[in-house]
Amino acid sequence: MNGRVEEAVIVGGGPAGLAAALSAWEKGCRKVLILERDRELGGILNQCIHNGFGLHIFKEELTGPEYAQRYIDMVEAQGIPYLLQTMVTDIELLPDGRKIVTAMNKAQGILEITADSVILAMGCRERPRGALKIPGYRPAGIYSAGTAQYYVNIEGRLPGREIVILGSGDIGLIMARRMTLEGARVKCVAELRPYSGGLKRNIVQCLEDFGIPLYLSTTISEIHGRDRVEGVTLTRVDEQGNFISGSQREVPCDTLLLSCGLIPENELSEKLSVQMNSKTGGPVVNDRLECSVPGVFACGNVLHVHELVDHVSAEAQKAGRFAADFVRERHGSMPAKAGGEV
Amino acid sequence: MENEAGKGRERETVRRITCICCPMGCELTAAVNFRGEARVTGNRCPRGQEYGKREMLCPVRTVTTTVRIAGRENEVLPVKTASDIPKDKITECMNELAKVAVSLPVEAGDVVLENAAGTGVCVVATRSKGL
Repeated sequence: MNGRVEEAVIVGGGPAGLAAALSAWEKGCRKVLILERDRELGGILNQCIHNGFGLHIFKEELTGPEYAQRYIDMVEAQGIPYLLQTMVTDIELLPDGRKIVTAMNKAQGILEITADSVILAMGCRERPRGALKIPGYRPAGIYSAGTAQYYVNIEGRLPGREIVILGSGDIGLIMARRMTLEGARVKCVAELRPYSGGLKRNIVQCLEDFGIPLYLSTTISEIHGRDRVEGVTLTRVDEQGNFISGSQREVPCDTLLLSCGLIPENELSEKLSVQMNSKTGGPVVNDRLECSVPGVFACGNVLHVHELVDHVSAEAQKAGRFAADFVRERHGSMPAKAGGEV
Repeated sequence: MENEAGKGRERETVRRITCICCPMGCELTAAVNFRGEARVTGNRCPRGQEYGKREMLCPVRTVTTTVRIAGRENEVLPVKTASDIPKDKITECMNELAKVAVSLPVEAGDVVLENAAGTGVCVVATRSKGL
């Protein structure tokens, strides 16, 4: 057991966590710790190798890894501590208002960190197949778009050759282009709603540039194949979302990618019993981005799913500042000792 | 969505284009006259003006992809063209990059391929990777 004491513990080292940590540090907190479960900082940006990030914050167009590196460099320059491959398993409220963050990693085993404030920056997850209620067996070849993105962009593997994509969220659109560039044939993108959930620029540069059709008001009514995906049945839906009979069409494919929405990742927040918002899937926060438990702040996609990382960074910067204010108020008027026993 | 408006010397090709410079996605109307001059309306910033013109005369894109790393099985390096290249050179650029395998260490910004597809544009690493 490790009895570390911190002013601000940041759960997650992606764009939200990095910006929050930096801002808490800049506002005087000197006992800041970022906990990241992956092997490196940067979060999902590491696999988002396409460009278009940073137009607001940096006034230039960066790829995901470049955007992440800007923040990682700032965090390193300040010497803000972080632990990698460290998984937070629990956050508990003490009677005196402080929090105990339980985390674990291979080197140190279980860590129990006492913190004045906690910033939730865990990001979000993709809606999985099980949540979509598509009948059929469970053959190989069904991936969430982000999983496919990890395979292609980080590991250099192509998960399939003949692709159908369900859902026209931005990750699905980006992956349609990515898979095409890598030699796969993307047959179509099917979208249940009468409009795309993705940015217009992505419809143009990811689908239209490559002649990939987008079928609106269309969903998959059946997945074919028992061991491996062999095809899907596309069905048009009416305004109520009911299948239109006679509109079924079979499309052979070996892989199905799902890009059907993102869900804030709030298991930890729920353990802490913070009040949740059923609309956003994130915690309820006040105008200081503070949850119903005082001293617990939330920012980025764990709070609500953002369209742009620039907005995540801007929001996280505020959360870091409010957390620093909270710590200062808790400790009386004195700001934390700079260069103290870190 | 192309149509030819006017006649004789006034003949122009008009197209509706969605600007891809930023997430705003402005709906542009771009026209090219018989002299090959482009005119753009509907943009909300100067980049849209530029984009609309180029899209009519010579559409270009930044290519972002990955290249292999020598001696690594399950890891690739993200790269991008240092600036936009003509759209019709993308496939050739990808084919050239398929033959590239970089040696570590690599710094972000290092050139992994020069003169991609004869465009004069380099392909550069977008992240650093140590040994």
